[in-house]
Amino acid sequence: MSLDKKIKKSQSEWMKGKGPMGDVVISTRLRLARNLADFPFPGRAEPGDLKEVRNRVEKVLEKLNYGLKILDLKEIPQLERKTLVERHLMSMNHAEDGPEKVLAVDEFEMISIMINEEDHMRIQVLFPGMQLEDGLRLINEIDDAIEEELVIAFNEKFGYLTSCPTNVGTGLRASVMVHLPGLKLAGRLGQTLQLISRLGMVVRGMYGEGSESQGDIFQISNQVTLGASEGETVENMVGIISKVVEQERQARQYLLKNREDEIRDQVQRAYGLLSHAYRMNTEEALGLLSDLKLGIELDLIKEVEPSILSQLMVLIRPAMLQRIMGQELESGLRDVKRAELIRKKLSGGESHVR
Amino acid sequence: MLCQECKEKKATVHVTSIINGKKTELYLCEECAQKKGEWGFAAEPLSLHNFISGFLGGLEPGIKPKTELPGISRCEKCGLTFEEFAQKGRFGCQECYEAFSSQLPAILKKVHGREEYRGKIPRRTGGVLRKKREIEDLRKAMEKSVKEEDFEKAAEIRDKIRELEKELEG
Repeated sequence: MSLDKKIKKSQSEWMKGKGPMGDVVISTRLRLARNLADFPFPGRAEPGDLKEVRNRVEKVLEKLNYGLKILDLKEIPQLERKTLVERHLMSMNHAEDGPEKVLAVDEFEMISIMINEEDHMRIQVLFPGMQLEDGLRLINEIDDAIEEELVIAFNEKFGYLTSCPTNVGTGLRASVMVHLPGLKLAGRLGQTLQLISRLGMVVRGMYGEGSESQGDIFQISNQVTLGASEGETVENMVGIISKVVEQERQARQYLLKNREDEIRDQVQRAYGLLSHAYRMNTEEALGLLSDLKLGIELDLIKEVEPSILSQLMVLIRPAMLQRIMGQELESGLRDVKRAELIRKKLSGGESHVR
Repeated sequence: MLCQECKEKKATVHVTSIINGKKTELYLCEECAQKKGEWGFAAEPLSLHNFISGFLGGLEPGIKPKTELPGISRCEKCGLTFEEFAQKGRFGCQECYEAFSSQLPAILKKVHGREEYRGKIPRRTGGVLRKKREIEDLRKAMEKSVKEEDFEKAAEIRDKIRELEKELEG
């Protein structure tokens, strides 16, 4: 298979499409934590219990009409598991060895369900751009269909019962991934992020809890799952994120108007390095891709597709890179191959030009 | 100042060690500090559940959340003790929520800022709550009808409420 084809095969639907507010919002993700009523939570369950949970959930998922493919993680090599984490289809925690762990995923990689992670089920939907309302609709539909067949741990006072008290209630975590280079260059990033946290949102790096921010990419998610309904949670987030998007757009226009030479130079340098460098580590690549994407959105660069950032921010990750290259690579060689992949993508065939 | 190990990145971790009375100081970047195992935090990133045990300890000053506390000893279903829960910040099973229910509202309030559930209700396990919610909604609708002086509609809704209340009692 050619490199081109391998790259294409490695893309989830959300990475290719430009969704609503796609100039700032990269993706929208929602997840529900659910447990079966009759079994201890995975952290305290015997392997026999976990097996029974797995069997029951799998049986239900097979009946649903979402075309879910069921992956027994025990049979999937560590490196391949990591690619699933890098594509945001499952958590780092789920990639670690453990009894009866399963991932169910649809062909578009839009729906994914982890079985026997911290909770018996973690149901996730993942969309390009800003699609919180649609996301909530779909995840509710999936949840309802599962609930038809299984008795779910729920109590009137606390709502859906989860292993961790931070998830009890709705069990809903909604995260929106945003790209904020304008606010950073305008010196307004810290202030904005602080304000968001004060409004009950959590701001984190690209890969969630404990991960650093790279490439001016941030995940904004709801903090609480008790006291607000799913609809209220999402509505609240839509309000806050629309404001952030507006601020980012204003910052970009401000930069273009007042610091055009500087921005133009930064963007074109990034494009130059990405198109010609021979070696590149992940951190540098993400920084440059962030600049390039800013240039595309400001129309300073016209020949590169806007989804370049969503695509490459995942494809250049260590495990994805090794999968695409079809071999295990030590870190020095990875930098060479990463640069090669980026050059290839930027010089790309007709499908890569806007 | 640059990291003394890799001499590339900025040093952000300062390590002082005293071995046999001899003091050595090291300035490292996060990455090298992690590699050398000099930075204890790095192994597990701090997250919300790490604070839960802190919340628990802070509930009543001077009193540790010991297993002897009345009513919150251990979950009979899965055997998790309240102390274990406080340490790990994880419940063992759904019964734990009943077993530790005397302490939970205070904890959940600290985590979420609120304690009452307002979300979705599952059809199967949430029957009673579903009806209660429905009654709540109907009451609001009835008040609105009364305000709008649509008494016919208000009476209709009232009958519906009575019906649901009867079902709840039965």
